Amino acid sequence: MAKQPIKKNQEVETTGHQWDGIEEYNNPLPRWWLWTFYACIVWGLWYVIAYPAWPLVQGATAGYKGWSTRANVAAELAEAEAANAAINAKLEAVELTEISGDPELQGYATSAGNAVFKTWCAQCHGSGAAGAKGYPNLLDNDWLWGGTIEDIHTTIAHGIRNTEDPDARYSQMPAFGDILETAQIDQVVNYVMSMSGEPQDASMVAEGQTVFMDNCAACHGEAGEGDIYQGAPNLADAIWLYGGSFDTIKETVTYSRFGVMPPMGGADLSEAEIRAVAIYVHQLGGGE
Amino acid sequence: MTNYIKLIVLGLVTLLALIAANYARDLAYLVNALTVALVSGGLFLWTLRHTDEPRAQVDLSGEYMDGVVRAGVIATCLWGVVGFLAGTFIAFQLAFPGLNFDWAQGYANFGRLRPLHTSAVIFAFGGNALIATSFYVVQRTSAARLWGGNLAWFVFWGYQLVIVLAATGYLLGATQGKEYAEPEWYVDLWLTVVWLAYLAVFLGTIVKRKEPHIYVANWFYLSFIITVAMLHVVNNLSIPVSIFGSKSVQVFSGVQDAMTQWWYGHNAVGFFLTAGFLGMMYYFVPKQAERPVYSYKLSIIHFWALIFIYIWAGPHHLHYTALPDWASTLGMVFSIVLWMPSWGGMINGLMTLSGAWDKLRTDPVIRMMVISIGFYGMSTFEGPMMSIRAVNSLSHYTDWTIGHVHSGALGWNGMITFGALYFLVPKLWNRERLYSLSLVSWHFWLATIGIILYAAAMWVTGIMEGLMWREVDANGFLVNSFADTVAAKFPMYVVRGLGGVMYVTGALIMCYNLWMTAKRSPAVEATNSAVPAE
Repeated sequence: MAKQPIKKNQEVETTGHQWDGIEEYNNPLPRWWLWTFYACIVWGLWYVIAYPAWPLVQGATAGYKGWSTRANVAAELAEAEAANAAINAKLEAVELTEISGDPELQGYATSAGNAVFKTWCAQCHGSGAAGAKGYPNLLDNDWLWGGTIEDIHTTIAHGIRNTEDPDARYSQMPAFGDILETAQIDQVVNYVMSMSGEPQDASMVAEGQTVFMDNCAACHGEAGEGDIYQGAPNLADAIWLYGGSFDTIKETVTYSRFGVMPPMGGADLSEAEIRAVAIYVHQLGGGE
Repeated sequence: MTNYIKLIVLGLVTLLALIAANYARDLAYLVNALTVALVSGGLFLWTLRHTDEPRAQVDLSGEYMDGVVRAGVIATCLWGVVGFLAGTFIAFQLAFPGLNFDWAQGYANFGRLRPLHTSAVIFAFGGNALIATSFYVVQRTSAARLWGGNLAWFVFWGYQLVIVLAATGYLLGATQGKEYAEPEWYVDLWLTVVWLAYLAVFLGTIVKRKEPHIYVANWFYLSFIITVAMLHVVNNLSIPVSIFGSKSVQVFSGVQDAMTQWWYGHNAVGFFLTAGFLGMMYYFVPKQAERPVYSYKLSIIHFWALIFIYIWAGPHHLHYTALPDWASTLGMVFSIVLWMPSWGGMINGLMTLSGAWDKLRTDPVIRMMVISIGFYGMSTFEGPMMSIRAVNSLSHYTDWTIGHVHSGALGWNGMITFGALYFLVPKLWNRERLYSLSLVSWHFWLATIGIILYAAAMWVTGIMEGLMWREVDANGFLVNSFADTVAAKFPMYVVRGLGGVMYVTGALIMCYNLWMTAKRSPAVEATNSAVPAE
């Protein structure tokens, strides 16, 4: 038999059972414990009468408070919608260009647009709108499809190169790997880099210029200034969507790129929300 | 004779597993089938070589069966370290996403390692600890050898096979996508067989006990074994897409599936991590403190209240979802009523020390047990509080939940297991004492500070995250994007990872200490004969 435990609480009896030397005192239930337990039960009984609780044959008891999560969320949404109904109607009615002249409307559209942006746009463009490789930076003055409020609005509503919206902006650069010799591509890449002052091999620039004029200038312009009507990027401003290293530009020229943006109009966002987020993007710094 | 039956069964299993491997439709299934073929083939050869060897007829019925408990203690330590390391690594993956290495995509990225971590700590570490201690406790408190001969060994090795199949399956992409019930259908079936064998061993030992009464620890262990069997079977009802593939389709769908899953999920906490570990607490705390249990009445009342109420509390995981409001209400009410029954265990554990509080100064093992009961009390208060819908609307989906789980898992389950291991190893290896008490102290402080860093970091990020998600401006528009909240959590993620490093360091110190205890501590005479206490 195991060692006898030291007993100090001699006034309390043990139950007399013993297992492997373990005994049990016959202490009563602590009063505070018992009363708290009872209080929880009483509270629980009240709660299941007050709130939806008991499943019956046809639905469940509704509780005398008439509380329901569905009704609550519907009421909150309706309240928010009602509070903003007038200003949303105004936002949809005015000319896009007039919004910035109305401080109340501009302020409202900016904060609403911020919320829309962080829900629908931040995944690709970043929550600070600084973009990422393949996803344009929206903070600068460099616009692929135009930076006026109307241009931005059209881009957001219809998207770019998507198949869902027939009005989506569309253009496609050819993959010059199928058209030019590798040497010519190297030359034109050097020429393109020289536009922003960073050729890798200055000796190729002259030949590259010829290749550029024959193949690229039609869209990107003779000085590489780009063309917002076909989404042709400015190549002379040292801003690169996919990267400005020799290898990356060569990859772009060889295989081309095909960045897609989904249309936000239709089912996803209301006209007021599209306008709001257009205003938000417009005021980020680069709007024209 | 039994050897011939064994040979036939093992031979058939090997053959079938090889056929299954040949027709395997996915990598996880292939690897699992080969594992089974390897194990059963190895056993076949081993049995073949020992067939017809004369067996020494020794009557062991008067001796406790401690070999399987020793194996369980080793497995607990091993899986514990594996699980803690995996957890610490994925904690750093969250802080530094670059640790999701490109070359390891599809095997060791966060999504694959997360279920590996949870299953390793809950089922491999916790499960082995529960099986080992329950085998030890039920023998001592029943004064009887484990029932069923080598069935206990079958339970032990069968359970290790479950762990290996599940873990390799996770890494190779076999998952049901149900939290804490990720293993696919064939692993579930095998676990059911093992678990029923476990129930038979445990129940059989209680039935042949030589004590007049069943000790309270055994009530808890038994309720844990029975309820987990029920939960496991119902939540894993599914139909395999092919018997040669790992994918299966759940029988329940939509909100019924969600409700079944969280009925299971919450009771995995309730019966695996609470009831089972209370069984552990009810034996090892009075033994280590050498004091009687505080109140027999309290143990009865809180036991029955706990098991009757816990089973209904699951819906609080689904507040504000497709779950109907009435079910959500009932889940919340039962969770709050559960508060006092949970605390009954804490009171009984802590008050057992009354009259022996001075041992806290001298015995770091008792200190470990006391802090585990403290964390138990804190978590079982925090849980009901978080089940209140108003609180849950802030806490749900945030790191607060992760912090809550870990203060329970690291604090309560981990520390009580460490305490039990420190108690068991000298007894099981017939040693006079532990190799080093100061190493136990080091383990205690590393683990405690690690838990505090972990829990505090998660409270801060959790509440911050909840508040950032619901922050709206004057016009009622949300202010923060999801990515903003992720960015804001970074410093706390690093603190959480450091907490994990401390915890795993403590566990490694424990493993060393236990190893040295078994190897170096002065030996004493074995005391494993089954004698009733009175």
